[in-house]
Amino acid sequence: MSGGLRAWLDARPWIWSFGAALIVWLVTALVVQGRGMLATLAVALQFATFYAIVGIGQMFAIAAGPGNIDLSIPGVMTFAGYIAIGLMNGSNHGLLAGLAAGIGVGIAAGVFNVLLIQALRIPPMIGTLASGFVFQSMAIAYSRTTNAPPAPLLVSFSAARLLGVPLIALLFIVFTGLVAAALGRSVFGRAVLAVGQNMRAARLAGLAVRRTLALVYLLSAILAAIAGILLAAYSGGAALDMGADYLLMSIAVVVLGGTSIAGGQASPAGLWGAATLLDLVVTMLNVMRVGAGVRYVVTGLIIIGVLALAKGRDEAT
Amino acid sequence: MTDEAGEAFVRLIGISKSFGAVRALAGVDLTIQSGRMVSVVGHNGAGKSTLMQILAGTLASDTGEIRVAGHAVGHGYGVRRASALGIRCVFQELSLCPNLSAAENTRIFHPALAGPGWRRRARRLIGDALQAIFPDHGIDPRRPVGELPIGQRQMIETARAFTETDHPVRLVILDEPTASLDATAAEQLLRYTGEARARGIAVVFISHRLPEILGHADEVFVMRDGQVVGSGAADALTEAQLVEMMGVVRGADPTHAPGWRGGGEQIRVEQPARADTPFRVQLRAGEVVGLAGLAGHGQRELLQAVFDAAFHPAAGLRVNGSVAYVSGDRRTEGIFPLWSVGRNTTISRLRALARLGFLTQAREAALAEEWRTRLAIRTPDIGRPITSLSGGNQQKVLVARAFAAEADIILFDDPLRGVDIATKRELYQHVHRAAEAGRAFLWYTTENTELVNCDRIYVFYRGTITDEIAHTDLTEERVIRASFGAGQSIAV
Amino acid sequence: MSTQGARHHGSVLRVGLPAVALIVMLGAIFTMQPRATSYFGLTVLLNFTLPAIFAAMAQMAVITVGDIDLGIGPFLSLVNCIAATLLAGHPLLGWLSLAALVGAYALMGALIHVRRLPSIVVTLGASFVWLGLALLVLPNPGGAPPSWLPALLSWKPPLLPLPVLASILLAICGELLLMHTSYGVVLRGIGGNPRAVAHTGWSLLAGRMVLYAVAGACGVVAGLALTGLNTAGDATVGTQYTLVSIAAVIVGGGEFVGGIVTPVGTVIGAWIMLLAGSLLSFLNISTDWQLSVQGGILIIVLGLRALNRWSGA
Repeated sequence: MSGGLRAWLDARPWIWSFGAALIVWLVTALVVQGRGMLATLAVALQFATFYAIVGIGQMFAIAAGPGNIDLSIPGVMTFAGYIAIGLMNGSNHGLLAGLAAGIGVGIAAGVFNVLLIQALRIPPMIGTLASGFVFQSMAIAYSRTTNAPPAPLLVSFSAARLLGVPLIALLFIVFTGLVAAALGRSVFGRAVLAVGQNMRAARLAGLAVRRTLALVYLLSAILAAIAGILLAAYSGGAALDMGADYLLMSIAVVVLGGTSIAGGQASPAGLWGAATLLDLVVTMLNVMRVGAGVRYVVTGLIIIGVLALAKGRDEAT
Repeated sequence: MTDEAGEAFVRLIGISKSFGAVRALAGVDLTIQSGRMVSVVGHNGAGKSTLMQILAGTLASDTGEIRVAGHAVGHGYGVRRASALGIRCVFQELSLCPNLSAAENTRIFHPALAGPGWRRRARRLIGDALQAIFPDHGIDPRRPVGELPIGQRQMIETARAFTETDHPVRLVILDEPTASLDATAAEQLLRYTGEARARGIAVVFISHRLPEILGHADEVFVMRDGQVVGSGAADALTEAQLVEMMGVVRGADPTHAPGWRGGGEQIRVEQPARADTPFRVQLRAGEVVGLAGLAGHGQRELLQAVFDAAFHPAAGLRVNGSVAYVSGDRRTEGIFPLWSVGRNTTISRLRALARLGFLTQAREAALAEEWRTRLAIRTPDIGRPITSLSGGNQQKVLVARAFAAEADIILFDDPLRGVDIATKRELYQHVHRAAEAGRAFLWYTTENTELVNCDRIYVFYRGTITDEIAHTDLTEERVIRASFGAGQSIAV
Repeated sequence: MSTQGARHHGSVLRVGLPAVALIVMLGAIFTMQPRATSYFGLTVLLNFTLPAIFAAMAQMAVITVGDIDLGIGPFLSLVNCIAATLLAGHPLLGWLSLAALVGAYALMGALIHVRRLPSIVVTLGASFVWLGLALLVLPNPGGAPPSWLPALLSWKPPLLPLPVLASILLAICGELLLMHTSYGVVLRGIGGNPRAVAHTGWSLLAGRMVLYAVAGACGVVAGLALTGLNTAGDATVGTQYTLVSIAAVIVGGGEFVGGIVTPVGTVIGAWIMLLAGSLLSFLNISTDWQLSVQGGILIIVLGLRALNRWSGA
């Protein structure tokens, strides 16, 4: 029987992150004696959405196999956030132009990354690290010229609730469902997973390896731009350090969510469990009245610990 | 020169080794006297590399005994133990660190090269060895070996095996040492083995160049199918005798019904003859063309070139039609280990199965099920992980993937290596049927018995084609002769 | 003779090119700012190369075995915070915690090796731990280092300013230890062909732990130097050194894989990355673009190498 349970769990790697999130939520409930528990969850879900959006892009990169990772996410987020909010200039008239420009930043950043990786053959982690700093620096320079608030419509959209649940969370949960379907049942999704398992075999099986990888980095940059725009809107404006935590967090939600760091397998549902978990841990530590330092240490240790243990599971089979 | 009780330096007694269902060595006895050069020859899969790996300590034998200097080595025999006993091995794949110089690579090899002045000692050690073996080698011992041409790297690797610090060298295994050396360096090495023998060092020499063997070895052992099938003093043997011993045909396989077609009119692959390759490569629709010869002599390069040319046109090689590739190295270039049998089968056919980029479960499952049935892949369910299948069945899945892709040209990269005979026979039938339906096959095989399935055969030797053999003219003796460089092109 | 010369091309270019680039940069700076040529001017210009060269050396140790350390910047911050608090108040505890940090680096190397984890993710996770610890030690910027530390950093040795002297000494030490000792050869060999090195009986685990410990020790020195210059602690002060250190190794002629690194080049690379910022300010370009320039230099160097490979192939 235990073997059956094991197999059932192995097929659902995302379940751990949800279980852990539930436990943390309940512990927090104990500390505050049950007050405002649903509100806590709703707020956690709001912030989890930003993690999950960039996590989807990072998940595609990591699933595409060893060496693939997108470290330009914070830079793209910040630059896209500034450009979009700057063009909106606090007015709904600029909304569409701002959104288009912000997403355009994402597309341009993705194309730039692909050029670095495929035309100049720079290892992805270094190429995206360097380009991320370039985007960050552009955001710094641009930030001197603008300090506008976001379009009011976008602000209310980013904070809107539907039956108490953040609207953008609902939208991106649906999007995650589409991503899950695409990974399992689309030509592109299959190609990503095939490349991630065995790049040489994928090439010999006739798959377009380069095009697949290019799409992965493009997708990641576009999602980072969208997250940057939404986060800037939700926070009432872009900030230069708004992307800082997202470098590690984008990887953390992927790894904690059950996606194998070795590539070839992805667990989109787990992104939400992991993102909620990481946010609830912060909430829990806050209600326990421990400082930001402990929060960072715990987050870092969770990531390293889960990574070490998860790899162990893979090796055992 | 003999050791205690007059025993030879190395005695291998009844060595056997199996890899899964494949028996690589079936009870090999081999004796190597100090100061003698022993040569081991055989065609692909004869077991010579496996035997050498066991002697060098990189592989453990299943049964049998290794006696060195009169003593059984017992359990725990590995590279370090072999090295302490004075047994060194120069493998074909270089074991140098490309970022280090010749002297530094020598230091890695010798723990005793440490402390003040180690670099000077290391430089002198490798410098002297290089000078002794390859006079006028022109190698700069300070440059990273990765920046040196392959021939010089091979010289360093070879010379390093003859360097001594705390343990004297007693036996050196040279596995195809001359393959990447030019004629002068090869001649220098062979002459040096004479000096080494005079100092009591035994040499095991593996080569595909028969004249080298007959000209320099003391004794020759001929291997076939994991056994030593003949041996004798080198000066009493001829090339013709060696070729004959390597290729003794055992009972012919009755399932190979001839029924041979000439192939269709449509040309699928064409590569004109060149100065170094006087044979035109041609593959027509419905034809099965074999690529034979010793492993690593250019067959795989041709398959790769055809595969690449199908996607990006290349000069000098015309490919007309879609291609599918089946590798025999399923672990590194075949299967997707995290996926089911079904997903592994359909991956090359996804584009045709998809509508608007998305697959329908039913159509995909139907295709996978169809090929599971047609190739009789032994799995209760196409949803099972591919890794739950036996090696032979995994290989069938890879063949199924290529068939399911409905490509015009199927490239076989020795796909049935290590597969059991029953599975092989089934797959031969499928190849015949697919060829009758118009598919074209380019089939590289390291097993000469498989060549009877081909309409025509090109034999490779050192990157060029040395013979083209029609099905009706096929004899194993002719394949082996061409594999060792003496083909039609040379005879004419 | 000419072919011999051409074949030496690669390795000479590796350190020669960054050295020439550095000379050109210094020339430009001295032309625009003649006062920078004085002893005092040089000290001011180059002071902040002190933490940079040690951070770059730490990064180089890790890159030697094909890994990369994305946590070195926050690690500098943590050392900075410890130096500005514990080291002054409780010297013994301060030194013990710095020693423990070096041990933590060695353990991180062991974890990466034994569990075969990607160094990039582990060091990124560790960066959160370093940042968190730094905030725990010193929640708000402030504190003060023990008085000997700023004094050491403002020491004026005869002839050469401290940053120049330290750079030369560090480059020589690095060359001796990694390029010239017999164990340094083994460490580089692990980066070049780990299987071959393991085959001859060397422990890859020990090698990786040694290099990570060296990285930790260099990181500690870098953090102390930073504290001596700033004379205060700040939990975010080291952030920029992650990019600077990686770029320094690469610009100085190192490669990400294959154990190809050069200590002299790394020091030169660190100078180039630091002086790029000074050059910007002399050219009256906003320092907002400093990250762009540093990232851009990295991209251009790697891009040029790619072009060189194509033309060479």
